[in-house]
Amino acid sequence: MSEKSKPRIGVYICHCGTNIAATVDVAAVAEYAQSLPGVVKARHYTYMCSEPGQALIKEDARALGLNRVVVASCSPRMHEPTFRGAAQEGGVNPYRTEMANIREQCSWVHHDRDAATAKAKSLVASAVAKATHLDPLEEREVGVQPGAVVIGGGVAGMMAALDVADAGFPVTLVEKSDRLGGHAAGLNRTFPDLEPTAEWLTPLIERVQSHPRVTVLLGAQVEEVTGFVGNFELTVAQGEERQKIGAGAIIIATGYDIFDPRRKPELGYGRYPGVVTTWELEQRVAAGDLTVAGRTPKDVAFVKCVGSRDVQLGNAYCSRVCCMVAAKQAQLVKQLLPEARVNVFYMDVRTFGKRGEEFYDEARRAGVLYRRGNVSEVYARGERLVVRVEDTFLRRTVEHETDLVVLAVGMEPRLDAGAISALLKLPRSADGFFLEAHPKLGPVDTATSGVFLAGCCQAPKDIPDTVAQAKAAASSALIPLLRGTVPIESATAVVDAELCAGCGMCVEVCPYGAPALDPLWGVSRVNAVLCKGCGACAVTCPSKAIRLQHFTPVQILAQVDALVE
Amino acid sequence: MRVDDRQLLSELDLFGCIQCGKCTGGCPVSITTPLNIRYLIYETLVGALPEAEHMEELWDCTCCFTCVERCPKDVRPAELIIGIRGQMVESGKIPGTISTALTGIFRQGNPLGFARDDRAAWAEGLDLKPAQEGCDTLLFTCCTSAYDLQAQPAARALVRVLKAAGVDLGHLGTEETCCGNEVRRVGEKAMFEEMLVEEGRALLESVGARRIVTTSPHCFNTLKNEYGLHGIEVRHYTQVLAGLLQEGRLTLSGSLDKTVTYHDPCFLGKQNKVFEEPRAVLRAIPGLNFVEMDRNRERSLCCEGGGGRMWFEGTNTEDRLAFRRVQEAVDTGAEILAVACPFCLAMFSDAVKVKGLEERLKVMDIAELVAQALGG
Repeated sequence: MSEKSKPRIGVYICHCGTNIAATVDVAAVAEYAQSLPGVVKARHYTYMCSEPGQALIKEDARALGLNRVVVASCSPRMHEPTFRGAAQEGGVNPYRTEMANIREQCSWVHHDRDAATAKAKSLVASAVAKATHLDPLEEREVGVQPGAVVIGGGVAGMMAALDVADAGFPVTLVEKSDRLGGHAAGLNRTFPDLEPTAEWLTPLIERVQSHPRVTVLLGAQVEEVTGFVGNFELTVAQGEERQKIGAGAIIIATGYDIFDPRRKPELGYGRYPGVVTTWELEQRVAAGDLTVAGRTPKDVAFVKCVGSRDVQLGNAYCSRVCCMVAAKQAQLVKQLLPEARVNVFYMDVRTFGKRGEEFYDEARRAGVLYRRGNVSEVYARGERLVVRVEDTFLRRTVEHETDLVVLAVGMEPRLDAGAISALLKLPRSADGFFLEAHPKLGPVDTATSGVFLAGCCQAPKDIPDTVAQAKAAASSALIPLLRGTVPIESATAVVDAELCAGCGMCVEVCPYGAPALDPLWGVSRVNAVLCKGCGACAVTCPSKAIRLQHFTPVQILAQVDALVE
Repeated sequence: MRVDDRQLLSELDLFGCIQCGKCTGGCPVSITTPLNIRYLIYETLVGALPEAEHMEELWDCTCCFTCVERCPKDVRPAELIIGIRGQMVESGKIPGTISTALTGIFRQGNPLGFARDDRAAWAEGLDLKPAQEGCDTLLFTCCTSAYDLQAQPAARALVRVLKAAGVDLGHLGTEETCCGNEVRRVGEKAMFEEMLVEEGRALLESVGARRIVTTSPHCFNTLKNEYGLHGIEVRHYTQVLAGLLQEGRLTLSGSLDKTVTYHDPCFLGKQNKVFEEPRAVLRAIPGLNFVEMDRNRERSLCCEGGGGRMWFEGTNTEDRLAFRRVQEAVDTGAEILAVACPFCLAMFSDAVKVKGLEERLKVMDIAELVAQALGG
């Protein structure tokens, strides 16, 4: 080991407020760390991730000539990038940073202070041992394909496509059906202002179709996606034709399916012409015709939460728009039939959001009657329908006679969500919608970098929220496009050609297609651009010819030895 | 008597309830009696249940389980009623007629109080072999099918039909004991589990039959879902008949030129999702004109005979659901209301008499209709 790389380690113990300090004697851990071989300086501080905390690392690194940094705090999933950045600013190679998780794996799960402190010491010793053997790795970047592909031509897809295109990049908008507009095209008017949908949707479609940098592919489907952030290649089928499209980023805006109320047979949908969905009522209101079998309804009953908030159906979530849709349609029905009694049967009224509560107020003031009770059954009585429901405020089951029953149906993950998920390796949450990278901090990102989510494919939402998310997805997709380069993982696998027998097992096991057999030399070569550093090849290789950088046997064994000492 | 609500809360998962009212709204007796299961859950949650003596309507519940089937939060409301009934049973505070029924089962193996020795009298002359000699299919008769003069013809018809199809049929004779489906539902958990299930399971498994066929959806439900029988298929007789017809083992050469409607029993339809087989059997009868009532399948209106109601009149004897149901059947233009359950048969036959509809509507078991169509 040369003088230059002789370990000079700084160790930083975080209190995490009282999260760690209440259970672990942080001062004792720091004192212990100071005694470990190679450690030049050990400190403890309230919040290492804070500005002053990071400054400690940077200043020590410069003043003491540190070449390795160990931070004992939370999970590396939380702050590894933070501390790698701090180390780098202090002149330490970021890959010579190591973390010991003394919060999730220690203070949060133990009560005994002495035992927790002893365990924290072991974890720190282990991290220091690994750090001693860490090699500097080079930060690498590759160029980016200037352009994006948006999958789905509804409101979310169109809005995202326009923003990316307006920023100067070519966009291909791939739509499965033969038209743009998605489900919004089936809406007559929108809440909370009763504005005709066509007034904003038609110009939006127009703008997309005429934009010089947007190519719209209708009746088209993505069949295959290869590559990685900055350099995706998509195979798109349009009829018999196949074309390959390169893209720096992909935005998923595939939308949702409308719940089919035939799955709630007790509500009589598909059996009685007088039972319709909110989507069908939308068209009837537009046509101004609410008659059932030629008769004008004297009474209209809305049923909320159909297909939503229902554990038995597997749809535990709230569809977030049905309360507002019902309030909107109830008002429109009241306008068309001022004499009719209009009732909304509900479990809860959730008209949150800007102007939501006011809109609900307007519906009631217009004479719409809200009755609390989840409709249990619909059946016929002569020419009329009966809604059987407990009015929970009356504490009595009523057989409410009506003429038109409107089922406020919710949203479901698309039937083909599984296929799209497989295509892009997109995880889905328990409800079946696509899973965002972080519920708070990564609402449009996915587990695959360079792939972003917009609209109801991620979760049910209304049009304003859909547009907000679409614009966020566009802006995130623009980050790699505008930078022109993307950083790629440095902790990749490397093959020792001397040891490789060319068996090809690494090629088979790699989920990213990174290793390939060199046709000339018959040995494996790993494409570092494709490699994600998962290590599957390294453990599979029977000749031990593959080494995963940053997780080498020497490093890991040192880490284990320190733990068991 | 104070109900121990803490115990109920620890046994039943009621905290998921959002008080939406789907249960009460669908509860068939919530229209005719003060029973409100949604409110009962609320009272249990907040510790405000009234004294048991003031909850006579608890015995109105027929255990049709519409509430359980429809609850959007997977709460099982009817189980609360069964739980409270259980506490009443333990402290002896139960209606006298239910107490009598339980005593009958304890002493003679049937709730009607008839002698055990007479249990197989209904089958005289049918040449029904003792299951103990070994058989492919074990016929399990409901106590009502075995003792009730009104229900016996259906059981006899079923035996004739199964034999005509060449089924190797056996019967337990006087060893057969009440299945206990309603025993559990009136809250007598100990008798159900420790006596009926434990002894019943051993007896049924000892026969070595491939399958059990029941005359009643109630026996079918408990034997299939609650007995934990090993290596024996449990089938309601309509399922077996539908299978025999489909395989061509049962042929109907006679005909029945009648308009017939069918009532879905709660324990067969709602609770076990057997909707199509009874209809397939009826449609296979030559000449029969099948019509549906408006409320069918999942929305079938309970006859009010389940959950111990065969032994308890209920708090509203003026307005019975069976009265409404037979009128619905008449409204379809049907001459025959077909049933597949001895309780439904009893409730509707009674309602037809009370409402003076004898000239217009006949209540018959599907097995009887099939037997009439056997021909030759």
